[in-house]
Amino acid sequence: MRVGLFIPCYIDQFYPDVGLASVEILEKQGLTVEFPSAQTCCGQPMLNTGCVDSARPLAQRFVEIFADYDYIVSPSGSCTSMVRNHFHDLIPHNAAYDKVQKKSFELCEFLHDVLGLLTWEGEFPYRVGIHQSCHGLRELRLEKSSEEMLKRPGKVRGLLQSLRGIQLTELSRPDECCGFGGTFAVAQEAISVMMGEDRLADHRQAGTDVLTATDMSCLMHLEGLVRRQKMPVAVMHVAEILAGRKPTRPHSPEPVKST
Amino acid sequence: MNAPIHKEHAELATEFVSNRERAKWHDGSLWFVRQKRDRQTNAIPEWETLRELAATIKRHTLAKLPFYLEEFERNATIMGAVVHWARDAEEHNRIVLQILEDHGAKKIVKSKSMLTEECHLNPYLERHGLQVVDTDLGEWIVQLRNEPPSHIVMPAIHIKKQEISELFHEKLGTEDGNNDPTYLAGEARNHLREKFVGADAGITGVNFAIAQTGGIVVCTNEGNADLGVSLPDLHIACMGIEKLIPRADDLAVFTRLLGRSATGQPITAYTSHFHGPRPGCKLHIILVDNGRSKIRASEDFSRSLNCIRCGACMNTCPVYRRSGGHSYSTTVPGPIGSILAPNRDPQNHGDLPFACTLCGSCTDVCPVKIDIHHQLLTWRKELALKKVVPWSKRVSMIFAAAVLKRPWLYALGGKVARMSLRWMPRWMIYNGLNAWGKKRDLPPAPVKSFREQYRSRNKG
Repeated sequence: MRVGLFIPCYIDQFYPDVGLASVEILEKQGLTVEFPSAQTCCGQPMLNTGCVDSARPLAQRFVEIFADYDYIVSPSGSCTSMVRNHFHDLIPHNAAYDKVQKKSFELCEFLHDVLGLLTWEGEFPYRVGIHQSCHGLRELRLEKSSEEMLKRPGKVRGLLQSLRGIQLTELSRPDECCGFGGTFAVAQEAISVMMGEDRLADHRQAGTDVLTATDMSCLMHLEGLVRRQKMPVAVMHVAEILAGRKPTRPHSPEPVKST
Repeated sequence: MNAPIHKEHAELATEFVSNRERAKWHDGSLWFVRQKRDRQTNAIPEWETLRELAATIKRHTLAKLPFYLEEFERNATIMGAVVHWARDAEEHNRIVLQILEDHGAKKIVKSKSMLTEECHLNPYLERHGLQVVDTDLGEWIVQLRNEPPSHIVMPAIHIKKQEISELFHEKLGTEDGNNDPTYLAGEARNHLREKFVGADAGITGVNFAIAQTGGIVVCTNEGNADLGVSLPDLHIACMGIEKLIPRADDLAVFTRLLGRSATGQPITAYTSHFHGPRPGCKLHIILVDNGRSKIRASEDFSRSLNCIRCGACMNTCPVYRRSGGHSYSTTVPGPIGSILAPNRDPQNHGDLPFACTLCGSCTDVCPVKIDIHHQLLTWRKELALKKVVPWSKRVSMIFAAAVLKRPWLYALGGKVARMSLRWMPRWMIYNGLNAWGKKRDLPPAPVKSFREQYRSRNKG
């Protein structure tokens, strides 16, 4: 099985270890992982500002770059959703896009849906708060949203829960948006910051020592607040936790004692 | 491009949030309603089936809207109502005025109707020398304050009880400093009773109109609609053409969804059915288009006409809760309002589809399954095509795309940017132009990108 690794541009530039962790996770499953270096960005910032003409060529070249892989896996729910749910607004439906659309997966979703992994071998003795990144939650349905009245498997929660020693914290608002929202984060700076602060306050009252999510973009925004306000919280992508990294950024919490 | 006639959402939202304590209180009040909704919907195992059913009924009705409208007109007329058709707000207001003048009515009591808000009926009637009193408590409070509602179900949700006490003290002479809600509601009741008794006509909105029976249904929690049309002998009911449902049986689906979604009640306290006028009285029903046919004809936005005005998308919207209804500068605020308003006036409301993080909570909470956040994204594309999206945004996206089409330029640009971030002093990075950096740090810039590390890893 040949897996094309899709690393979103901001992860490539600012969070290289999230990419490396993703490679390690996939290689550990005996997969052939390739990072096609022609890739840059899926075009989501352009589409979300309505600039279809700017987004279109990026979608087009994404399909050309990734069409030959058996699967396309990305440590981002939001960018995966862009490929799966929004490329059809930009480019015609042809065989290549059809294949790319069906074969694109967010990392935890790939482990759950394609490899059938419901648990993950490892240890992470920390109090972990899951931030439900909206696009992973409601566009990819990685978990059940709080609005829905039906049952769904928790694809991210399931993997994390199976780690030895981990304690997942319970939030008062389980899946409220962090306020990042792409260009929203700067265009509506005041609301964006208040939303982020409210999420962090919820995590603090719940006892979160390590904040995690499937999307580094939400975490970049929350980490920005954590750093500025010097909160004693570590921020990690789910891939980093699954790959066995220790929490160090920007804070190193004490592990919880096993009981 | 003409400048909008009001401040943009981002600016009004910033003002609202600048009073953090108040924004927090507002957010909490609405989240409380969202939680009440969750408790009710959790108790209904068939909730998702009901939503699907409601969406299907609405889709069907809208597809055959001319047929059902004519069926409704026929049956309502048989029941003794007079049915009028209004192309737009102006025609609607003219018809209402004409009916009132023909009847010699001077004093009017009105129950909550978002349609008449949309048509700005109150100021129109007042300009023609008529007295209009809104009898929904929240609506009456905002009327006394001379401002529009900030929410479609809870019009005065942005006002604290102390402020209501001050308002009543000033306008009605209630006790100074008495903030007791029961006392204030009692005083409001006394004042409104006089208005009800002295009224010449009652105006209501319509929640549902049933084609099969020609009846209309009005849902309230205060019983003010019933009282307002039971005392005077003239009832004028104003409704958008999308309020139609085919059969009386369909009503059960919607009443189960409406109360739960709106306020977390199993059903609204009053669900009043009007089938023709009372003996010796008159019932006029006005069917209003005001842009709805245009929305119906649009493939992208026609589903927004499913809306039953429950307000659940507002209660759940993290932006609405923190920016307040008035920041949207339109009668129907929040997520659904941000789809509806640009249809009427893209120049003046083109900022609303961007007042959103695309989190999708509105779509999941919507009882009639409108894909609200996808429609907001579609609006962004339409607005960029119409060039309503600011020039700076469009140019920066063209520039970014030009770089991202060239992997070498992207890699080089990234390297230079990261290096600058590492070497530049803090005061240079966190300057007044950096909106991100006002309250947030940028991530530390690593020496090597993922692609560089991946390359050396695979070489070694």
